[in-house]
Amino acid sequence: MIAFGTNVVGGVVPGKGGQTFEGEGATVPIFDSVREAAEATGANASIIFVPARFAPDAMYEAADAGLPLVVCLTEHIPVLEMIAVRAYLDQRNTRLIGPNCPGLITPGGAKVGIIPGSIVSPGSVGLVSRSGTLTYEVVYALTQQGIGQSTCVGIGGDPIKGMDFIEVLRLFEDDPDTSEVIMIGEIGGNAEEQAAAFIRDNMSKRVTAFIAGRTAPAGRRMGHAGAIVEGKSGTAEGKIAALQAAGVQVADNPDRIVAMIS
Amino acid sequence: MNLHEYQAKRLFAEHGIPIPRGEVAYTPQDARRIAGDLGGKVVVKAQVLTGGRGKAGGIKLAATPNEAEQRAGEILGMKIKGLTVNKVLVDEMAPGGIAQELYLAALIDRGQRRPMIMASAAGGMDIEEVADKTPEQIHTVHIDPTLGVRGYQTTYLAQRMGLPRELWRDFHAIVANLYNCFKASDASLTEINPLIITGEGKLMALDGKFSVDDNALSRQPRLAEMRDVEEEPPAEAEARRTGITFIQLDGNIGCMVNGAGLAMATMDIIKLYGGEPANFLDIGGGARADQVATALRLILSDPKVEAVLFNIFGGITRGDEVARGILSALAQIETDVPMVVRLAGTNAEEGLALLAEADMLTAATLSEAAQIAVAAAKASGRAS
Repeated sequence: MIAFGTNVVGGVVPGKGGQTFEGEGATVPIFDSVREAAEATGANASIIFVPARFAPDAMYEAADAGLPLVVCLTEHIPVLEMIAVRAYLDQRNTRLIGPNCPGLITPGGAKVGIIPGSIVSPGSVGLVSRSGTLTYEVVYALTQQGIGQSTCVGIGGDPIKGMDFIEVLRLFEDDPDTSEVIMIGEIGGNAEEQAAAFIRDNMSKRVTAFIAGRTAPAGRRMGHAGAIVEGKSGTAEGKIAALQAAGVQVADNPDRIVAMIS
Repeated sequence: MNLHEYQAKRLFAEHGIPIPRGEVAYTPQDARRIAGDLGGKVVVKAQVLTGGRGKAGGIKLAATPNEAEQRAGEILGMKIKGLTVNKVLVDEMAPGGIAQELYLAALIDRGQRRPMIMASAAGGMDIEEVADKTPEQIHTVHIDPTLGVRGYQTTYLAQRMGLPRELWRDFHAIVANLYNCFKASDASLTEINPLIITGEGKLMALDGKFSVDDNALSRQPRLAEMRDVEEEPPAEAEARRTGITFIQLDGNIGCMVNGAGLAMATMDIIKLYGGEPANFLDIGGGARADQVATALRLILSDPKVEAVLFNIFGGITRGDEVARGILSALAQIETDVPMVVRLAGTNAEEGLALLAEADMLTAATLSEAAQIAVAAAKASGRAS
């Protein structure tokens, strides 16, 4: 992150306050608590890498310290924990991205997360996705074809999370540096259907989508806890139909997204 | 992770929900003894982790211990949706018979980001069918985790279901207990179908479904131990122990991918170019060489596989590490199945250089890789 240009001002490891961390050519002070770190540095974002059983605490702590943006990469957090975390964050002015996500990156600006800096390039296409490596796939294809990105946001694959498609789409719609948007969804839940309604009613910028999981058998868990097809709801067909009805062009192959927007 | 009916009902009982007396039998003789203990008249129920047990003949009534032994003998060993029945639950008949069948469940509403109670007077049948044909018969309330189940909420449900007033108090206790059980167990679904009114006018949970959040099993050691490994396909069990996600499908092209979304997209593209995915396999982030080797062995254990497609987009997963895993797996496994490798991202070039020695096809993009794999499968035709 430091190498990519992110201004990393501190780390938090309880019990190791006062020490420093050396990496990517920088020396970063370590604090015992997020509150102390935020007061000392004026940080306005937090990134969480800790294991699942500590991650809810880290999210509460970051929100309690008043940080406006929290990015949580941690996977395997129990759903009931995330329900409580999300309810807490909804009463605060903290935006959460994740958990179980690769974070976000603004090429030429900064990144908070693990999207490889080598595959992005600056430009005006915004990208929002529930997947990690599938996002890399699409971003890489864009970069290879000379199409740059404004910001790429991986919102994560968990059923209960922070920002969802709609909240990111709204930011892209208002972002003067974004000219059009790519949305990558997958089976399970109804976030894509809700996004379709939002796009129809609120988006002036063009949206191109891909939905993963058309060949997934119903009722089987496909790795992401969110990707469970229950009965008829949450299928790829239903999501694609809803998006197309909202005027979104839907690619049948992520490699074809590039051709559809250029 | 799903639990058996008998496990679900025991957990319900621990939380104060009335269930019939009963016991699990592994042999017809067990069933006879249990039926005798229960007074003779029993229901013998196959314990397999799938729906449709009744239609498949896996649930039978018996009027005497002798008959219970016979029925258990018929059910034990039968196959229901491919799963062999290894045990039966022998339950007493509901006291006084069944006067009415209801439906009750606690689950998570992803859209509302809250637990939800779903209840219906149309019990005993498939709830999806009720939702489809008579959605007005399904009643729901959402639960605020800080408040729990409130009295007014269960009153609302009981009134809408047309429950007799004298049962409202008991109904409230059952809903509150079911929610407590759901929460304490980190469940994603707890379902009572049917919840019956017995001939004696009491509420009782006659059948139970129980799904536990896989992400919570590490803090639910007792529930984790309830996993029935006999019911899990051996390959999927081995994958789980290795820390990879593997689901067997019916196609001819095996695939190994890092990331669930990319794995699903890879399957979709295989299908798009005329192939059929043989599996879903996510080796996860930072996949180690030994995990890659196990994954490849699992894929090749399926005789239908005619080609294998590796699609690895390095981030925290490094291409050279994956390449080493592929090479070490190939050193252990004798196979002539064609392999197509597509590596991109972190250390992809190093990975491809390592694989140059091996007899593998390579591709620059996912579409290209899928086309090569489909063509290679046609040419190899191992299954035919």
